[in-house]
Amino acid sequence: MPASNPEFETECIRRILAGERYLFHDLIRPCERAIYLVLLGLLRNEAEAEDATQDTAIKVFLNLHNFRGESQFRTWVLSIARNEGLGRLRKQASRREDSLEADTDEQTGDYTPAILTSWREVPSEALERKELGAILRTAIDELPPIYRNVVLLRDIEEMGVRETAVALGIAEGAVKVRLHRARAMLQKHLAPLLAGFAPRRKGLFGWGK
Amino acid sequence: MRIDCKHVWQHISAYIDAEVEVELRADIDRHLETCEICSAVLDSTRNIVILIADDRVFELPIGFSQRLHARLDRELELTGP
Repeated sequence: MPASNPEFETECIRRILAGERYLFHDLIRPCERAIYLVLLGLLRNEAEAEDATQDTAIKVFLNLHNFRGESQFRTWVLSIARNEGLGRLRKQASRREDSLEADTDEQTGDYTPAILTSWREVPSEALERKELGAILRTAIDELPPIYRNVVLLRDIEEMGVRETAVALGIAEGAVKVRLHRARAMLQKHLAPLLAGFAPRRKGLFGWGK
Repeated sequence: MRIDCKHVWQHISAYIDAEVEVELRADIDRHLETCEICSAVLDSTRNIVILIADDRVFELPIGFSQRLHARLDRELELTGP
């Protein structure tokens, strides 16, 4: 997540409103990935999320004079992205918005993680192998929507709890609960699959392969 | 206080984010010292969190940024805030 820079943003917005429109490119650039992730979480379709990102950016530009600086600029931008995404969902007769927005946090149920006593860490270098990235993406994509949205913002975009809560229109407590469940689901699903990507033991003590 | 494995699992995510209270953290740490299963669950969860945060896992579509800024260029010409 690029560090937000309120002074840069305020100055940028002032100059854009005074006529230096081209500066909008620099203002929106640090937000574009987060906008896309909010929309991808809602719309579940890359092409539509990209299209909606463009529409969001234009709406941000057209409404820039309404930004009051009461929240972080990016938080404000993400609330516009969320409205754009929800508006599109409403238009899609085939999908029911309430199933995506429904709060199902009350479904508890104990979770049992994947229990592996021979767990070995998978180093980031293993991501050079394309299959690992694909396995991780698929696992995230298969999460129920309310969990996937939180993972996209908290663990992929590395946004804070509060900003995630505002962007998704839910309470901070719900962000934490959903993130916990999402990570638990990912661990259960992924941990057994990741074993193949862990480096082979070097046989440090003579018993490894 | 001695806590069991299930109790530890309930707090794994908060533990990774350093959001558990000091006392509970100490209880979990004591449990982890002797419980191989919970250590593996914690390490695997943390490893997954680190892996999915890697920019290579979740890339924007190719050309995403260029297309966005090209469209913005067209709009900036036409309208004003």
